[in-house]
Amino acid sequence: MEFRDYYKIMGVKKDATQDEIKRAYRKLARKYHPDVSKEQDAEKKFKEVGEAYEVLKDPEKRAAYDQLGTNWKAGQEFHPPPDWDAGFEFSGGGFTPGDASAFSDFFESLFGHGGVGGFTGAQQTGTHFQARGQDHHAKVMIDLEDAFHGATRAITLHAPELDTEGHVRTRERTLNVQIPKGIKKGQQIRLTGQGSPGMGGEGTGDLYLEVEFRPHPFYKIKGGDLYIELPVTPWEAVLGAKVKVPTPTAIIDLKIPAGSASGRKLRLKGRGIPGKPAGDFYTVLRIALPPGDTQQAKEIYREMEQKLAFNPRAKLGV
Amino acid sequence: MNKDILTGLLLDEECSLTLSELSRACAVHAEWVVELVDEGILEPSGRDATHWRFSGPSLHRARTARHLQQDLGINIAGAALVLDMLNEIEILRARLRILEQ
Repeated sequence: MEFRDYYKIMGVKKDATQDEIKRAYRKLARKYHPDVSKEQDAEKKFKEVGEAYEVLKDPEKRAAYDQLGTNWKAGQEFHPPPDWDAGFEFSGGGFTPGDASAFSDFFESLFGHGGVGGFTGAQQTGTHFQARGQDHHAKVMIDLEDAFHGATRAITLHAPELDTEGHVRTRERTLNVQIPKGIKKGQQIRLTGQGSPGMGGEGTGDLYLEVEFRPHPFYKIKGGDLYIELPVTPWEAVLGAKVKVPTPTAIIDLKIPAGSASGRKLRLKGRGIPGKPAGDFYTVLRIALPPGDTQQAKEIYREMEQKLAFNPRAKLGV
Repeated sequence: MNKDILTGLLLDEECSLTLSELSRACAVHAEWVVELVDEGILEPSGRDATHWRFSGPSLHRARTARHLQQDLGINIAGAALVLDMLNEIEILRARLRILEQ
Protein backbone atom coordinates (compact mmCIF):
# COMPACT_ATOMS: atom_id res chain seq x y z
CA MET A 1 0.00 0.00 0.00
CA GLU A 2 1.29 3.46 -0.84
CA PHE A 3 1.48 6.40 1.47
CA ARG A 4 -0.79 9.29 0.51
CA ASP A 5 0.24 12.85 1.16
CA TYR A 6 -3.09 14.50 1.84
CA TYR A 7 -1.54 17.94 2.22
CA LYS A 8 0.07 17.68 -1.18
CA ILE A 9 -3.17 16.49 -2.78
CA MET A 10 -4.96 19.50 -1.31
CA GLY A 11 -2.09 21.85 -2.16
CA VAL A 12 -1.89 23.25 1.35
CA LYS A 13 0.92 23.58 3.89
CA LYS A 14 1.09 21.23 6.84
CA ASP A 15 0.21 24.07 9.19
CA ALA A 16 -2.79 25.23 7.15
CA THR A 17 -5.79 26.39 9.15
CA GLN A 18 -9.09 24.54 8.91
CA ASP A 19 -10.46 27.50 6.93
CA GLU A 20 -7.62 27.31 4.44
CA ILE A 21 -8.24 23.59 4.02
CA LYS A 22 -11.92 24.18 3.44
CA ARG A 23 -11.21 26.84 0.81
CA ALA A 24 -8.68 24.61 -0.93
CA TYR A 25 -11.22 21.80 -0.98
CA ARG A 26 -14.00 23.94 -2.42
CA LYS A 27 -11.71 25.13 -5.19
CA LEU A 28 -10.45 21.66 -6.11
CA ALA A 29 -13.91 20.11 -5.86
CA ARG A 30 -15.19 22.61 -8.41
CA LYS A 31 -12.19 22.06 -10.64
CA TYR A 32 -12.45 18.29 -10.70
CA HIS A 33 -16.15 17.69 -10.27
CA PRO A 34 -16.91 14.89 -12.75
CA ASP A 35 -20.15 16.50 -13.94
CA VAL A 36 -18.47 19.79 -14.69
CA SER A 37 -14.79 19.17 -15.35
CA LYS A 38 -13.24 18.21 -18.65
CA GLU A 39 -9.85 17.58 -17.05
CA GLN A 40 -8.31 14.21 -17.68
CA ASP A 41 -8.82 11.87 -14.72
CA ALA A 42 -11.29 14.34 -13.20
CA GLU A 43 -13.18 11.61 -11.40
CA LYS A 44 -10.03 10.04 -9.96
CA LYS A 45 -8.73 13.42 -8.81
CA PHE A 46 -12.12 14.33 -7.36
CA LYS A 47 -12.08 11.18 -5.25
CA GLU A 48 -8.51 11.79 -4.08
CA VAL A 49 -9.39 15.30 -3.04
CA GLY A 50 -12.54 14.06 -1.29
CA GLU A 51 -10.52 11.50 0.62
CA ALA A 52 -7.86 14.05 1.62
CA TYR A 53 -10.57 16.44 2.79
CA GLU A 54 -12.33 13.71 4.74
CA VAL A 55 -9.18 13.41 6.84
CA LEU A 56 -7.96 16.99 7.01
CA LYS A 57 -11.32 18.62 7.74
CA ASP A 58 -11.74 16.52 10.85
CA PRO A 59 -9.36 17.71 13.59
CA GLU A 60 -9.33 14.24 15.17
CA LYS A 61 -8.37 12.44 12.01
CA ARG A 62 -5.99 15.16 10.98
CA ALA A 63 -4.13 14.94 14.29
CA ALA A 64 -3.90 11.17 13.96
CA TYR A 65 -2.65 11.46 10.39
CA ASP A 66 -0.10 14.12 11.36
CA GLN A 67 1.47 11.92 14.01
CA LEU A 68 2.43 9.37 11.35
CA GLY A 69 5.35 11.74 10.94
CA THR A 70 6.67 13.98 8.22
CA ASN A 71 9.16 11.61 6.65
CA TRP A 72 6.69 9.87 4.41
CA LYS A 73 6.65 10.61 0.71
CA ALA A 74 3.63 10.20 -1.53
CA GLY A 75 3.68 6.80 -3.20
CA GLN A 76 6.10 5.29 -0.69
CA GLU A 77 5.33 1.77 0.49
CA PHE A 78 3.38 2.15 3.70
CA HIS A 79 2.18 -0.01 6.56
CA PRO A 80 0.49 1.59 9.53
CA PRO A 81 2.71 1.31 12.61
CA PRO A 82 1.25 -1.00 15.27
CA ASP A 83 -1.09 0.84 17.61
CA TRP A 84 -0.60 3.94 15.48
CA ASP A 85 -3.89 5.38 16.61
CA ALA A 86 -3.50 4.56 20.30
CA GLY A 87 -4.49 7.52 22.35
CA PHE A 88 -6.66 9.05 19.65
CA GLU A 89 -10.33 9.26 20.14
CA PHE A 90 -12.58 9.12 17.13
CA SER A 91 -16.05 10.26 17.78
CA GLY A 92 -18.89 8.52 16.06
CA GLY A 93 -17.28 5.11 15.91
CA GLY A 94 -14.32 5.80 13.67
CA PHE A 95 -15.22 8.13 10.91
CA THR A 96 -18.14 9.62 9.11
CA PRO A 97 -19.03 7.65 6.03
CA GLY A 98 -18.91 10.05 3.14
CA ASP A 99 -17.65 8.60 -0.06
CA ALA A 100 -16.13 5.73 1.84
CA SER A 101 -16.34 3.06 -0.83
CA ALA A 102 -14.22 5.18 -3.15
CA PHE A 103 -11.43 5.72 -0.63
CA SER A 104 -8.00 4.18 -0.97
CA ASP A 105 -6.56 1.20 0.86
CA PHE A 106 -4.31 3.68 2.60
CA PHE A 107 -7.32 5.49 4.03
CA GLU A 108 -8.97 2.25 5.04
CA SER A 109 -5.90 0.97 6.82
CA LEU A 110 -5.93 4.08 8.97
CA PHE A 111 -9.56 4.86 9.48
CA GLY A 112 -11.36 1.66 8.64
CA HIS A 113 -14.24 1.06 6.36
CA GLY A 114 -17.46 2.92 6.52
CA GLY A 115 -20.81 2.48 4.91
CA VAL A 116 -21.44 2.01 1.27
CA GLY A 117 -21.43 5.24 -0.67
CA GLY A 118 -19.72 6.78 -3.58
CA PHE A 119 -20.02 9.05 -6.48
CA THR A 120 -20.90 6.46 -9.06
CA GLY A 121 -21.60 3.56 -6.78
CA ALA A 122 -24.69 2.80 -4.82
CA GLN A 123 -25.86 5.26 -2.24
CA GLN A 124 -27.11 4.17 1.11
CA THR A 125 -30.03 6.36 2.01
CA GLY A 126 -31.22 5.01 5.30
CA THR A 127 -31.27 2.23 7.79
CA HIS A 128 -34.62 0.69 6.94
CA PHE A 129 -34.65 -2.97 7.60
CA GLN A 130 -36.91 -3.45 4.64
CA ALA A 131 -35.64 -1.77 1.54
CA ARG A 132 -35.66 -2.14 -2.15
CA GLY A 133 -32.15 -2.72 -3.48
CA GLN A 134 -30.19 0.33 -4.56
CA ASP A 135 -30.02 1.37 -8.18
CA HIS A 136 -26.54 1.45 -9.69
CA HIS A 137 -25.13 3.78 -12.31
CA ALA A 138 -22.20 3.24 -14.62
CA LYS A 139 -20.72 4.68 -17.80
CA VAL A 140 -19.89 2.59 -20.83
CA MET A 141 -17.81 3.46 -23.86
CA ILE A 142 -19.07 2.29 -27.24
CA ASP A 143 -18.05 2.82 -30.85
CA LEU A 144 -20.06 5.00 -33.19
CA GLU A 145 -20.67 1.98 -35.39
CA ASP A 146 -22.55 0.34 -32.50
CA ALA A 147 -25.18 3.07 -32.70
CA PHE A 148 -25.64 2.35 -36.40
CA HIS A 149 -25.98 -1.37 -36.28
CA GLY A 150 -26.76 -2.14 -32.67
CA ALA A 151 -24.32 -4.44 -30.87
CA THR A 152 -23.78 -6.71 -27.92
CA ARG A 153 -21.04 -5.50 -25.62
CA ALA A 154 -19.47 -7.21 -22.63
CA ILE A 155 -19.31 -4.65 -19.84
CA THR A 156 -17.28 -5.20 -16.68
CA LEU A 157 -18.48 -3.38 -13.60
CA HIS A 158 -17.04 -2.98 -10.14
CA ALA A 159 -19.48 -2.33 -7.38
CA PRO A 160 -19.05 -2.09 -3.63
CA GLU A 161 -21.20 -4.60 -1.83
CA LEU A 162 -21.85 -5.52 1.77
CA ASP A 163 -21.18 -9.17 2.58
CA THR A 164 -23.06 -11.17 5.18
CA GLU A 165 -20.81 -9.88 7.96
CA GLY A 166 -21.28 -6.29 6.93
CA HIS A 167 -17.85 -5.80 5.32
CA VAL A 168 -17.54 -3.93 2.08
CA ARG A 169 -16.17 -5.93 -0.80
CA THR A 170 -15.67 -4.97 -4.40
CA ARG A 171 -17.66 -7.23 -6.60
CA GLU A 172 -16.64 -7.56 -10.23
CA ARG A 173 -19.11 -8.80 -12.76
CA THR A 174 -19.39 -8.88 -16.51
CA LEU A 175 -22.66 -8.36 -18.30
CA ASN A 176 -23.49 -8.86 -21.95
CA VAL A 177 -25.58 -5.88 -22.85
CA GLN A 178 -27.53 -5.21 -25.99
CA ILE A 179 -26.68 -1.71 -27.25
CA PRO A 180 -29.80 -0.54 -29.08
CA LYS A 181 -29.49 0.84 -32.58
CA GLY A 182 -29.86 4.61 -32.65
CA ILE A 183 -28.45 5.32 -29.20
CA LYS A 184 -26.94 8.76 -28.70
CA LYS A 185 -24.28 10.25 -26.48
CA GLY A 186 -25.39 10.66 -22.88
CA GLN A 187 -28.45 8.47 -23.22
CA GLN A 188 -29.00 5.81 -20.61
CA ILE A 189 -30.06 2.21 -20.74
CA ARG A 190 -32.01 0.83 -17.81
CA LEU A 191 -31.40 -2.81 -16.94
CA THR A 192 -34.12 -3.90 -14.58
CA GLY A 193 -33.04 -6.00 -11.62
CA GLN A 194 -29.27 -5.55 -12.14
CA GLY A 195 -28.72 -3.30 -9.11
CA SER A 196 -28.27 -4.28 -5.47
CA PRO A 197 -30.41 -7.01 -3.96
CA GLY A 198 -33.20 -5.76 -1.75
CA MET A 199 -33.49 -6.39 1.98
CA GLY A 200 -36.39 -7.92 3.84
CA GLY A 201 -38.04 -9.38 0.76
CA GLU A 202 -38.04 -6.19 -1.25
CA GLY A 203 -37.15 -6.06 -4.95
CA THR A 204 -33.73 -5.73 -6.54
CA GLY A 205 -32.52 -2.35 -7.77
CA ASP A 206 -31.85 -1.43 -11.38
CA LEU A 207 -28.67 -0.69 -13.28
CA TYR A 208 -28.41 2.44 -15.40
CA LEU A 209 -25.74 2.55 -18.09
CA GLU A 210 -24.81 5.89 -19.58
CA VAL A 211 -23.39 5.71 -23.06
CA GLU A 212 -20.38 7.64 -24.26
CA PHE A 213 -18.78 7.32 -27.71
CA ARG A 214 -15.10 6.65 -28.18
CA PRO A 215 -13.59 9.41 -30.32
CA HIS A 216 -13.74 8.49 -33.99
CA PRO A 217 -10.77 9.18 -36.30
CA PHE A 218 -12.86 11.07 -38.84
CA TYR A 219 -16.48 11.39 -37.84
CA LYS A 220 -17.50 14.05 -35.34
CA ILE A 221 -20.78 13.59 -33.54
CA LYS A 222 -23.25 16.32 -32.65
CA GLY A 223 -26.42 14.86 -31.20
CA GLY A 224 -27.68 12.53 -33.93
CA ASP A 225 -25.75 14.29 -36.69
CA LEU A 226 -22.36 13.29 -38.03
CA TYR A 227 -19.77 15.54 -39.60
CA ILE A 228 -16.84 14.61 -41.78
CA GLU A 229 -14.23 16.94 -43.19
CA LEU A 230 -13.65 16.04 -46.82
CA PRO A 231 -10.52 17.26 -48.58
CA VAL A 232 -11.12 18.13 -52.24
CA THR A 233 -8.86 19.46 -54.97
CA PRO A 234 -9.31 23.03 -56.23
CA TRP A 235 -10.54 21.70 -59.60
CA GLU A 236 -13.09 19.40 -57.94
CA ALA A 237 -14.43 22.36 -55.99
CA VAL A 238 -14.45 24.73 -58.97
CA LEU A 239 -15.56 22.43 -61.76
CA GLY A 240 -17.73 20.07 -59.75
CA ALA A 241 -17.05 16.36 -59.34
CA LYS A 242 -18.29 13.09 -58.01
CA VAL A 243 -16.12 11.82 -55.15
CA LYS A 244 -16.19 8.91 -52.74
CA VAL A 245 -17.09 9.61 -49.10
CA PRO A 246 -17.03 7.06 -46.29
CA THR A 247 -20.12 6.85 -44.07
CA PRO A 248 -20.54 4.39 -41.19
CA THR A 249 -22.81 2.20 -43.30
CA ALA A 250 -21.29 2.43 -46.78
CA ILE A 251 -18.93 4.30 -49.07
CA ILE A 252 -21.10 6.63 -51.09
CA ASP A 253 -20.65 8.75 -54.23
CA LEU A 254 -21.11 12.42 -53.41
CA LYS A 255 -21.72 15.05 -56.04
CA ILE A 256 -19.76 18.21 -55.41
CA PRO A 257 -21.52 21.14 -57.03
CA ALA A 258 -19.42 23.33 -59.34
CA GLY A 259 -18.27 26.55 -57.71
CA SER A 260 -18.09 25.16 -54.14
CA ALA A 261 -16.11 27.23 -51.67
CA SER A 262 -13.95 25.78 -48.91
CA GLY A 263 -16.08 25.11 -45.83
CA ARG A 264 -19.22 24.39 -47.85
CA LYS A 265 -21.50 21.99 -46.02
CA LEU A 266 -23.30 19.30 -47.98
CA ARG A 267 -26.08 17.53 -46.14
CA LEU A 268 -27.12 13.93 -46.64
CA LYS A 269 -30.48 13.75 -44.97
CA GLY A 270 -31.11 10.81 -42.67
CA ARG A 271 -27.58 9.38 -43.02
CA GLY A 272 -26.61 10.22 -39.43
CA ILE A 273 -27.35 8.10 -36.36
CA PRO A 274 -30.54 6.11 -37.05
CA GLY A 275 -33.69 6.99 -35.16
CA LYS A 276 -37.00 8.74 -35.38
CA PRO A 277 -36.04 11.05 -36.93
CA ALA A 278 -32.63 9.86 -38.07
CA GLY A 279 -29.77 12.33 -37.82
CA ASP A 280 -28.11 13.87 -40.86
CA PHE A 281 -24.67 13.37 -42.33
CA TYR A 282 -22.73 16.53 -43.15
CA THR A 283 -19.74 16.70 -45.42
CA VAL A 284 -17.66 19.81 -44.89
CA LEU A 285 -15.42 20.56 -47.88
CA ARG A 286 -11.85 21.62 -47.36
CA ILE A 287 -9.85 22.58 -50.40
CA ALA A 288 -6.47 20.88 -50.35
CA LEU A 289 -3.69 22.68 -52.15
CA PRO A 290 -1.61 20.55 -54.51
CA PRO A 291 2.07 20.81 -53.50
CA GLY A 292 4.24 22.89 -55.82
CA ASP A 293 7.25 20.66 -55.37
CA THR A 294 7.93 19.71 -58.98
CA GLN A 295 9.00 21.81 -61.94
CA GLN A 296 5.72 21.10 -63.70
CA ALA A 297 3.57 22.01 -60.69
CA LYS A 298 5.46 25.27 -60.29
CA GLU A 299 4.86 26.08 -63.96
CA ILE A 300 1.14 25.54 -63.58
CA TYR A 301 1.00 27.81 -60.52
CA ARG A 302 2.96 30.45 -62.45
CA GLU A 303 0.55 30.16 -65.32
CA MET A 304 -2.39 30.69 -62.94
CA GLU A 305 -0.62 33.69 -61.45
CA GLN A 306 -0.31 35.24 -64.89
CA LYS A 307 -3.65 34.27 -66.39
CA LEU A 308 -6.10 34.40 -63.49
CA ALA A 309 -6.84 37.90 -62.29
CA PHE A 310 -7.65 36.90 -58.73
CA ASN A 311 -7.34 39.01 -55.63
CA PRO A 312 -8.42 37.00 -52.56
CA ARG A 313 -7.99 40.13 -50.42
CA ALA A 314 -10.34 42.36 -52.44
CA LYS A 315 -12.78 42.58 -49.51
CA LEU A 316 -10.04 43.90 -47.29
CA GLY A 317 -9.62 46.87 -49.64
CA VAL A 318 -6.04 46.04 -50.53
CA MET B 1 -19.67 -14.60 -16.45
CA ASN B 2 -23.31 -14.55 -17.24
CA LYS B 3 -23.72 -15.51 -20.88
CA ASP B 4 -27.22 -14.15 -21.26
CA ILE B 5 -27.60 -11.06 -23.33
CA LEU B 6 -29.40 -8.34 -21.40
CA THR B 7 -31.70 -6.02 -23.22
CA GLY B 8 -32.47 -2.82 -21.39
CA LEU B 9 -34.83 0.06 -21.87
CA LEU B 10 -33.34 2.96 -23.80
CA LEU B 11 -34.09 6.15 -21.89
CA ASP B 12 -34.47 8.47 -24.85
CA GLU B 13 -36.75 11.45 -25.34
CA GLU B 14 -39.70 9.18 -26.02
CA CYS B 15 -39.48 7.00 -22.95
CA SER B 16 -41.26 8.19 -19.84
CA LEU B 17 -40.41 7.77 -16.19
CA THR B 18 -42.79 8.27 -13.30
CA LEU B 19 -41.98 10.47 -10.32
CA SER B 20 -41.24 7.43 -8.16
CA GLU B 21 -39.03 5.79 -10.80
CA LEU B 22 -37.03 8.98 -11.21
CA SER B 23 -36.72 9.54 -7.45
CA ARG B 24 -35.54 6.00 -6.93
CA ALA B 25 -32.96 6.17 -9.72
CA CYS B 26 -31.53 9.33 -8.14
CA ALA B 27 -31.76 7.92 -4.58
CA VAL B 28 -33.74 10.95 -3.44
CA HIS B 29 -37.14 11.65 -1.99
CA ALA B 30 -39.91 12.60 -4.39
CA GLU B 31 -40.14 16.00 -2.65
CA TRP B 32 -36.67 16.82 -3.91
CA VAL B 33 -37.67 16.01 -7.50
CA VAL B 34 -40.73 18.24 -7.05
CA GLU B 35 -38.37 21.08 -6.12
CA LEU B 36 -36.48 20.53 -9.38
CA VAL B 37 -39.74 20.77 -11.30
CA ASP B 38 -40.66 23.97 -9.41
CA GLU B 39 -37.30 25.43 -10.39
CA GLY B 40 -37.80 24.48 -14.03
CA ILE B 41 -34.86 22.05 -14.07
CA LEU B 42 -37.20 19.24 -15.09
CA GLU B 43 -40.24 19.66 -17.30
CA PRO B 44 -42.50 16.63 -17.03
CA SER B 45 -45.65 16.18 -19.03
CA GLY B 46 -48.89 15.51 -17.14
CA ARG B 47 -51.11 17.82 -15.12
CA ASP B 48 -50.09 16.95 -11.55
CA ALA B 49 -47.42 15.02 -9.70
CA THR B 50 -49.26 11.71 -9.81
CA HIS B 51 -49.52 11.96 -13.60
CA TRP B 52 -46.09 13.38 -14.26
CA ARG B 53 -44.00 11.65 -16.90
CA PHE B 54 -40.32 12.52 -17.28
CA SER B 55 -38.32 12.03 -20.46
CA GLY B 56 -35.17 9.86 -20.40
CA PRO B 57 -32.67 12.75 -20.32
CA SER B 58 -34.38 14.08 -17.14
CA LEU B 59 -32.57 11.40 -15.18
CA HIS B 60 -29.17 12.72 -16.17
CA ARG B 61 -30.16 16.29 -15.31
CA ALA B 62 -31.60 15.30 -11.95
CA ARG B 63 -28.53 13.28 -11.01
CA THR B 64 -26.17 16.04 -12.02
CA ALA B 65 -28.19 18.51 -9.92
CA ARG B 66 -27.94 16.08 -7.00
CA HIS B 67 -24.17 15.76 -7.32
CA LEU B 68 -23.73 19.52 -7.56
CA GLN B 69 -25.78 19.97 -4.43
CA GLN B 70 -24.08 17.23 -2.44
CA ASP B 71 -20.50 17.71 -3.56
CA LEU B 72 -20.24 21.46 -4.06
CA GLY B 73 -22.96 22.80 -1.80
CA ILE B 74 -24.80 24.44 -4.70
CA ASN B 75 -28.48 25.18 -4.10
CA ILE B 76 -31.20 24.26 -6.58
CA ALA B 77 -31.33 27.65 -8.29
CA GLY B 78 -27.56 27.52 -8.70
CA ALA B 79 -27.75 23.97 -10.03
CA ALA B 80 -30.32 25.11 -12.61
CA LEU B 81 -27.91 27.76 -13.82
CA VAL B 82 -24.97 25.32 -13.93
CA LEU B 83 -27.04 22.78 -15.88
CA ASP B 84 -28.04 25.38 -18.47
CA MET B 85 -24.44 26.48 -18.83
CA LEU B 86 -23.16 22.91 -19.07
CA ASN B 87 -25.67 22.31 -21.81
CA GLU B 88 -24.53 25.38 -23.69
CA ILE B 89 -20.86 24.44 -23.24
CA GLU B 90 -21.63 20.98 -24.62
CA ILE B 91 -23.20 22.51 -27.75
CA LEU B 92 -20.26 24.88 -28.19
CA ARG B 93 -17.76 22.08 -27.70
CA ALA B 94 -19.49 19.95 -30.33
CA ARG B 95 -19.30 22.88 -32.78
CA LEU B 96 -15.68 23.47 -31.89
CA ARG B 97 -14.78 19.83 -32.52
CA ILE B 98 -16.29 20.11 -35.99
CA LEU B 99 -14.46 23.36 -36.74
CA GLU B 100 -11.16 22.04 -35.45
CA GLN B 101 -11.12 19.00 -37.73
